[in-house]
Amino acid sequence: MTSIELPHPDADIVDRRDAIVKDLTAIVGARAIISDVDGRRAYETDAFTAYKRLPLAVILPETTEVVAAVLGYCHQNGIKVVPRGAGTSLCGGALPAEDAIVVGVSRMNKVIEIDTSARTARVQTGITNLAISAAVGPNGFFYAPDPSSQLACTLAGNIAMNSGGAHCLKYGVTTNNILGVKLVMMDGSIVDIGGDHLDAEGYDLLALVVGSEGQLGVVTEATVRILPQAEGARPMLIGFESTAKASICVSRIIASGIVPVAIEFMDRPAIEVCEAFAKAGYPLDVEALLIVEVEGSEEEIGDRLAYIAGLAEELGPTSLIISADDAQSARIWKGRKSAFGAIGRKADYLCMDGTIPLSQLTHVLEEIGNICSRYGLGVANVFHAGDGNLHPLVMYDANDLRQAERAEQAGADILRLCVSVGGCLTGEHGVGIEKRDLMRVQFSDVDLAQQMRIKTLFDPAWLLNPAKVFPLDGRPQPIRAGPPVAVTPVAAE
Amino acid sequence: MSELLRPAADWELKSLITQCGEQNRPVEVVGSGTKRAIGHPVDASAMITTASLRGITLYEPTELVMSARAGTPLSQIEVELASRGQMLPFEPLDFSAALASPGGQATIGGVFATNNSGARRISVGSARDHLIGMRGVNGRAEQFKSGGRVMKNVTGYDVARALTGSWGTLAIMTEVTFKVAPLPDDIATIVYSGLPEDLAVELLSLAMGTPYEVSGTVHLTSGHAARIGTAPLAGQKTSLTALRIENFMKSVRYRKSRLIDALKAYGRPVELDLEASLSFWGELRRMAFTPHSDAILWRISTSPRKAADLVATLRRHMPVEATYDWSGGLVWLEIPDCADAGAADIRRAVAIAGGHATLIRANESVRREVDVFQPQAPGLEKLSRGLKLAFDPQGLLNPGRMYQTM
Repeated sequence: MTSIELPHPDADIVDRRDAIVKDLTAIVGARAIISDVDGRRAYETDAFTAYKRLPLAVILPETTEVVAAVLGYCHQNGIKVVPRGAGTSLCGGALPAEDAIVVGVSRMNKVIEIDTSARTARVQTGITNLAISAAVGPNGFFYAPDPSSQLACTLAGNIAMNSGGAHCLKYGVTTNNILGVKLVMMDGSIVDIGGDHLDAEGYDLLALVVGSEGQLGVVTEATVRILPQAEGARPMLIGFESTAKASICVSRIIASGIVPVAIEFMDRPAIEVCEAFAKAGYPLDVEALLIVEVEGSEEEIGDRLAYIAGLAEELGPTSLIISADDAQSARIWKGRKSAFGAIGRKADYLCMDGTIPLSQLTHVLEEIGNICSRYGLGVANVFHAGDGNLHPLVMYDANDLRQAERAEQAGADILRLCVSVGGCLTGEHGVGIEKRDLMRVQFSDVDLAQQMRIKTLFDPAWLLNPAKVFPLDGRPQPIRAGPPVAVTPVAAE
Repeated sequence: MSELLRPAADWELKSLITQCGEQNRPVEVVGSGTKRAIGHPVDASAMITTASLRGITLYEPTELVMSARAGTPLSQIEVELASRGQMLPFEPLDFSAALASPGGQATIGGVFATNNSGARRISVGSARDHLIGMRGVNGRAEQFKSGGRVMKNVTGYDVARALTGSWGTLAIMTEVTFKVAPLPDDIATIVYSGLPEDLAVELLSLAMGTPYEVSGTVHLTSGHAARIGTAPLAGQKTSLTALRIENFMKSVRYRKSRLIDALKAYGRPVELDLEASLSFWGELRRMAFTPHSDAILWRISTSPRKAADLVATLRRHMPVEATYDWSGGLVWLEIPDCADAGAADIRRAVAIAGGHATLIRANESVRREVDVFQPQAPGLEKLSRGLKLAFDPQGLLNPGRMYQTM
């Protein structure tokens, strides 16, 4: 696919590659830099694999100070920087450029402090999402945001994209669970924002940093909220003959005063693929399947699931299965969490991420079907129904360039549809390069200019994660830093 | 008396700000002015109120979302929500008794502009956590929007959330969209008497570490507790430490007994039923523990682990009454009137403990002299100043209210 424009690399920077690598090696030490082609190849893309660019070099620092030294050097020399967590972005948020350095935080993955009395954990941001929960688990706590890629994705990436997950209906997304960050600015200075208290002082800069897609700075440490684990949790499966009934069911559950921890939705194509892959025990004779999970003591769970079952039964479900034990619950969630992978074995797909008001669900799903069939493509839907965050998977054959292009067009049409019914382009994956050129569908030029002034405040030369988020035209002129300064090594060999 | 401007539409507000810009004339920005006594006094010859921007523009109970124009009274919003069995989960505080401002007039725009959150913040998050979209006009007289009406939205930078707690210094919000939640079926409170502060905070923190979803965690020192009028707590001469549980009736019963059991080392609590709980947490929400007087009131945000020590340190310098909320992470500190409002001692103690302090109640001359919001480290200060410029380069909106030179 080639329809997303990427800027031409700065020939001057590319020409100076050897000198830049030499300087950076002097700053960070040979252990922390990857400059050979094979090594760099591993960083040429992220989970939005259609686009690949070989970075100038890759730096894997082990301390905040090294990150600061690298950014300071790049700032002085006008070199672009692409921050990277685990490279699981679905929107090209970590796509490098030929004239850019990748700064990966994956080696900074330590837990610094766990405070169960204040219910916080301070960690380096290269830690994986799941490793935070694993570290605080023995104390009876967990870290709430749970993106599907939680085994691999880093907290740094979660902060960059303000990641969500299946359980954010109850626990909120990343921005609701971060109390403080250590932010390395592009000029190499280090700023602490927030801390281990519940509200940060002054202007809410945390709100800007979380979800800024690595364009405002590199977060190397963060203090996250941790929550006590529930006594127990159990899902139920509710299958319907139509998506309309399933969506009414979701509305009724929420209107009844129960807020489950998760309400997930799958349509028939998704159910079939997931069932074949994970043997989750999903019913195959339904058009729409809800996974509804509640938490509490055994008795509370029983009461609540029975109540939800009562609501569902008024709508005549085709199938209603309450998980009997932990093993069954695990199978049910395994099916859902492996959905993307399972569909990926069947076909290449583009995963869209628009969010819509729940009241529009039936209409939007029908239209998504129409859009995809207009382009001659298949689609499977698996998403977070409780909060209206859709994930239509538009299936295509990557070897067929014209099909790939049609898939991109179908995806864009779907996102325009989401915005037109009152929703947004992306609920949890981020804009990256993928949705960059659709930003004007949702925002006016004035709205975008307000956001871009914030970008300029943090990164006047626009060096951090270039070519992402904002359309390439209409950007302000970068304000370049002063003349280059001497190299100061910070990492001993 | 300054000129009062009451725009009734976004375009009208835009044209007012345009004029202010042309005349280089700063304005004070208010909703209904219930929290006007917080912050540095704003010197401006005109005041803009959002009071005429009124009305609930969207309410979808099945999506747990509401939009309202900024000047809509909070009371109207809460009545509308209650009619569908829902509420504003973050329980914004009513400052009228503490600041001697007119009661029951707070606007929803003011709630978000000040990130005003009460006791339930500990379990469900603050006002800023519930804001999902806004429209407004910045100091450049530009109408803009951020976020939307859906709960999950990472499209572009989160400008809407960044405006919460900016006290009208960056932009004037004209419409806000926020998440709401179902009202609980039942509420119970358990109250421990006579615990010293360190033990009380320990108990509150311990309770928050249980899986029983405690939704209120407060400790009042004896002087503050004496001002609580809810039977059977009225007339107590000792400190009070209270925990709230909200859920379905059966769950409340079960969780309360489990909690009492888990905390039995701290003594036998008094139990408040639904009605008494509503009364008690209502008193806290109205800040009945610190009615308006000459006494100085500070709001300190710190780690619960540090809170009791911090207050003990201050007590060596001055007489102190304190109400700890958010399991100790938020301290409402009341001290006798004095020249610098105790700022030097309080700022020093907070610097050691971590966190920040805001002067909430002091007379105007003190608020002109003393930093009201926490003075910032150079790196943060530079970003704050840049942010102000990004929204309001001429310094038209509430100049100096948060930081005297911004």
